[in-house]
Amino acid sequence: MIEWAAPPRRPLLRQPAALAGLTWLALVILAALLGPSLAPGGPMEADPTRSLLPPGPGGLLGTDLLGRDLLVRLLWGARWTLEMGVLGLATAVGLGLPVGLAAGSLGGRTDAILMRLMDGLLAFPGLLLAMAMVAVLGTGLTPVAVAVGLAAVPPYARVARSVTREVRAQPYVEAARAIGATRLRIALRHILPNAAPSLIAFAATQLGWVLLNGAALNFLGLGVPPGTPEWGAMLAEGRAYLRDAPWVSTFPGLALTLTVLAANLVGDGLQEALGV
Amino acid sequence: MGVGYVGRRLLSAVFVLWLAASLAFFALKLTPGDPAEALLAASGATPEEVAERRAQLGLDDPLWLQYVRYLTDLARGDLGQSWLHGRPVGRMVLEQLGPTVELAVAATGVGMALGIGLGTLAAVRRRTWVDTAATAVAVVGLSTPTYWSGLLAILFFSLHLRWFPATGEGGLRHLVLPAAVLGFALAGSIARLVRARVAEVLGSPFVLAARARGLPGRHVLFVHVLKAAAGPALAVTALQFGFLLGGAVVTETVFARRGLGRLAVEAILWRDLPVVRGVVLVGALAYVGVNLLADLLHAWLDPRLREGAS
Repeated sequence: MIEWAAPPRRPLLRQPAALAGLTWLALVILAALLGPSLAPGGPMEADPTRSLLPPGPGGLLGTDLLGRDLLVRLLWGARWTLEMGVLGLATAVGLGLPVGLAAGSLGGRTDAILMRLMDGLLAFPGLLLAMAMVAVLGTGLTPVAVAVGLAAVPPYARVARSVTREVRAQPYVEAARAIGATRLRIALRHILPNAAPSLIAFAATQLGWVLLNGAALNFLGLGVPPGTPEWGAMLAEGRAYLRDAPWVSTFPGLALTLTVLAANLVGDGLQEALGV
Repeated sequence: MGVGYVGRRLLSAVFVLWLAASLAFFALKLTPGDPAEALLAASGATPEEVAERRAQLGLDDPLWLQYVRYLTDLARGDLGQSWLHGRPVGRMVLEQLGPTVELAVAATGVGMALGIGLGTLAAVRRRTWVDTAATAVAVVGLSTPTYWSGLLAILFFSLHLRWFPATGEGGLRHLVLPAAVLGFALAGSIARLVRARVAEVLGSPFVLAARARGLPGRHVLFVHVLKAAAGPALAVTALQFGFLLGGAVVTETVFARRGLGRLAVEAILWRDLPVVRGVVLVGALAYVGVNLLADLLHAWLDPRLREGAS
C-alpha cells in the first residue's frame, strides 16, 4: 500500500476519478449481462463479404477478418472479463483472507508456517507463477482465472496478516479476550469487521492485477480457445493484420485498458475514502 | 555495513530460495503424468523401456531421496531434462536468458528515469495541474497492458513512421520500442512511491534547515531530497522486478523476440513441465537476487536500516 503524505479523506462518490472508474465497471457488467440481448446474432456470426471493414456507419467499430462485428464481440467479451474478475478475485480473497486472518490472529507457530509458505510463493514473479499453474491445471478460461487468482493469494494473505495484527493490538480486542471470547469469535466478530476497509481497498487493486494478467495469459494463447471473443485473445488475433486493419486489435486493447484503469482508480479511491 | 546485517540478509534469501525450490519440486510431484513416459512418448517405447528409464531417472527411489537428489542437482545448476527435447533444461534456459536480461535491464533504466522524473515533478508541484497530470500518467502506465501499448508502438513508430523495426532482436534499434513499452508500465508504480517520498522529505526539518542556510532550491532538491528518495525508489524497483520479468515474457511475444517468454509459452503448451519449472526457478532466483542486492544497497544508503533491522 502506498503511503501518501497526509491525504485528505474524501468519500468515494466525491472523487471524480473513482466515480469515472465505477461508472465504467458498471458499464462492463451491464454489457456482460445484456450483451446477448443487445446483439442477438452472437459473437461468432461471420459474413465473409464484410471482411475487415473499417469503423464507421454500418459496423460501428468495424469487422474482423471473418466479417464478424467487433462491437458485438466486444460486448460479448465483457462476460469473459467479468468471469475472470469474479473467479480470480474470489480465489485470491477466498484463500488469502483465511490464511492471513489465521496467521495474524493466532500468531506463533501457525503464523510462522503459513507466512514462510507465502514467502516461498512470493519468490516467484506473479505472472510466471500463474503461467506455471496453467501448465499444471491446463488451458481454458477457468484454469487461467484460478491460476491468476492463486498467484494473487500470497500478497493478499500478507496484507491481510499485517492488517489483522494491527487490529489485534487494539484495546477492544484485548477486552474481548479478557472476558473470555474464543479465538474464532475474536477473529470473526472483532478483527474482521475492523480490518474490512483495508481488505476491501486492497482487493480492488488486486482486481486490476487479475484482469491484466488473466488477459495476458489469454493473449499468449494459454487460455480461451482460438476465436473466443475474450479481449486478450481478440487482441492477439488482430496482430496478424495490424497493418491493414489496426482496429481489430486496438479496440479490445482499449476496452481492457479502460477496465484495468477503472479497477485501479476505484482501488485508489477506496484507499483515500477509507483512510487506509 | 556490518557483516551481521549482510549475513542475516543473505541467509534469509537462501532460505526463501530453498522454500521456492521445494514448492516447485512437490508441485511437479503432485502433477499427474509419468516423467519417464513423457520423455519416451514420442519414440513409442515399450513398457519395459519405460520401466528401465524410470529406474535410470531414480523415479522408483523413495521420495526423500529424490528430493535430496533434486536439491543437490539444483545447487550444481542442474535443472533436469526437458520431456519434449530430452535436453538439459539449464542449457535451454541459458540460451534464452540473454535477450530477456537485455530487455529487463533496458526497461528498468527507462522505468526508473521516467518514474523518478514524474514522481519528483508531481511532488515539487504538489496540488497543481502538473501533479494531477503526472499522477494520471502514472496510473495509466500502471494500467496499460504491455501487449496493447506494444502494438500501438509498433503501429505508430514502425508501420507509420518507420523509425524502428517492428519485430525481432539484435542491436539497439530493436530494443528501443520494447524497452520503452515495458519501462512505461514500470514507471507508474515507481512514480507513485517517489512522489509520496519526495513530498515527505520536502516537509522534513533537514530540508528546512538546508533552505534556512540559504542553499538554492535546485541544490536542495537534487542533493538532499533526491538522495533521501533514492533508497525507497530502489526498493520499489527491486520489488517490481518480478512484475518486470513477467512483463518481459509478454513483451517478447508482442515484438516476436527470442527469450525466456517464448521458451515458457511453448513449454506450457506442450506440458513440458521440467522446462516450465526451470524458467520459473530462474525467475525466482533473479527476483530474490535483485531484492537482496537492492536491500544491501538501500542499507548502505540509509544507515538507520542496518541497526535493529529484522
